[in-house]
Amino acid sequence: MYKVKVFVTLRESVLDPQGKAVTNSLHSLNYPEVADVRIGKYMELTIEKSDRDIDEVVNEICSKLLANPVIENYRYEVEEVVAQ
Amino acid sequence: MKFAVIVFPGSNCDIDMYHAIKDELGEEVEYVWHDTESLEEYDGILLPGGFSYGDYLRSGAIARFSRVMQEVVKAANDGKPVLGVCNGFQILLESGLLPGAMRRNESLSFICKPVQLKVENNQTMFTGEYELGQTITIPVAHGEGNYYCDKDTLARLKANNQIVFTYEQNPNGSLENIAGIINEKGNVLGMMPHPERAVDELLGSADGLKMFQSIVKTWREAHVVKA
Repeated sequence: MYKVKVFVTLRESVLDPQGKAVTNSLHSLNYPEVADVRIGKYMELTIEKSDRDIDEVVNEICSKLLANPVIENYRYEVEEVVAQ
Repeated sequence: MKFAVIVFPGSNCDIDMYHAIKDELGEEVEYVWHDTESLEEYDGILLPGGFSYGDYLRSGAIARFSRVMQEVVKAANDGKPVLGVCNGFQILLESGLLPGAMRRNESLSFICKPVQLKVENNQTMFTGEYELGQTITIPVAHGEGNYYCDKDTLARLKANNQIVFTYEQNPNGSLENIAGIINEKGNVLGMMPHPERAVDELLGSADGLKMFQSIVKTWREAHVVKA
């Protein structure tokens, strides 16, 4: 069994209106040192072992559904765990 | 002409779309559930607005994998008119039938108001009844209508005259004021504003009706043999 942590973020070239609003809010809370905030998504997947390579499976899942390659990038971490 | 209004869990403009076609346009129309396995009997496909699958993950991301979407792609490949409005546009983007993606509105607010659109291309099966450069009034209602595509895609959209509607005053931060685009083949149109909500003067504008009339006119010219 694998625990997979997936991080989806907006591409750098894409403006992040939410991140911008949070940056402004932090400035008004008197944190002028905060230069930028980018908001993304974090997902945890539990995937059972199969004949297929885990990286192949995760990359497929991410590019098909979890991230939209037009505006988003993704990265992930895989951890092998013992089924409970 | 017989239209299908595709209904996903969470669609909420399906009834407006049905009303526009049946009562204002006077053509045949049926609701079609998202697990339908054939659209053979329909001449035009309408993807309505709403919040399909609760907008989970991204707007349109999950609807794009529903069974009926395979048939929508088929209908598009067959050259049938496919119109996606609001969430329907987002689903067309996610499915790759149209290029680009939607971001949250620049203001982060949900925007719901009538807007002025400029008709940038009236040489399509959706806009033949409009004048080129005409200003029309159509309402928008969305939180994620901030259109984005990369530079190469934008250049292609411009070169092929695929930008069909632009906002006179940009409400959401959309790239180049884009409100609606069409595919290269010219039979798949996506737009954020709701033409189905502007089909009678009682609603504040009847400018949207011409879009549906354009579709029917093009279809009749191609399919109805003159006696």
